[in-house]
Amino acid sequence: MIAIAHPTTLYYLILAAVLFGVGVVGVMVRRNPLVLFMCVELMLNAVNLTFVAMARKLGDIGGQTTVFFVLVVAAAEVVVGLGIIVAILRRRPGATADDLDELKG
Amino acid sequence: MELVVFIIAGAMVIGGALGVIIRSHPVHCALSLVLTLFGIAVLFIAQNAQFLAAVQVIVYAGAIVVLFLFVIMLLGVDQAEDLRIEPFKIQRPLAAVVGVGIVGLIITAAITSRNAFTPKPAVSPAVAAATTNPPLHDENIRQLARDLFSDHVFAFELTSVLLVIAVVGTVLLARRPDRAQAVTTDARKAPV
Repeated sequence: MIAIAHPTTLYYLILAAVLFGVGVVGVMVRRNPLVLFMCVELMLNAVNLTFVAMARKLGDIGGQTTVFFVLVVAAAEVVVGLGIIVAILRRRPGATADDLDELKG
Repeated sequence: MELVVFIIAGAMVIGGALGVIIRSHPVHCALSLVLTLFGIAVLFIAQNAQFLAAVQVIVYAGAIVVLFLFVIMLLGVDQAEDLRIEPFKIQRPLAAVVGVGIVGLIITAAITSRNAFTPKPAVSPAVAAATTNPPLHDENIRQLARDLFSDHVFAFELTSVLLVIAVVGTVLLARRPDRAQAVTTDARKAPV
């Protein structure tokens, strides 16, 4: 076996790819809107991991700055999305992703 | 050493992610999400992104997941979803194919282009020292602050606007319509 002392950037990229794929499958399979949001968070975290790995490889702190902005936008997105979900579920308890035509006015 | 950290944290990340999509109870999903987020934070520390690791734990595990749990419990949607129900017959095989395809494409792209990225030449001796030597404890946060408040200060200010808009919008969305307003909207809807 090849002696691998350090996980290279490639390891992190592959891990992030697998995490992203799991998030994609979750979005396509699950029907609870809250769990859908969690799967979107998984994908965002996979992208963050990629940014940090490339920031280290390229020696450029800009990748970490981007992750900072992604965190802020993710927080805002979760807040607004959960507000919409709360409004839908209050009007129609037990709604799933199949019922999202509730969004039509 | 870093390989051991990578393997353990990677197992946390993947295990938590699988837990999110496999567990049928939303509360269990949220707790699996915490596991994934902590694993990501550990990987950030392993890559000298200490500030982002702290922010990851505070914002994601401390705020976002708690928000998820609040919504789950306040709305009473914490009953288990029956995962054996499959509304579309082809949905799950299709999802598996698409997921494996996306992962395969990204990994192929990463492997084929792994030599395409070279570190950019250091512009100053300080940057070179920071990237080659093991960094000091506050070096990461200092670099990040310098980049954030010099090159990206306009975007940083815009995020404050974004947060204000998000808060106001959420308050409007989540507010219970008061009775008088509900009556007028009903009256407006009635003739239609």
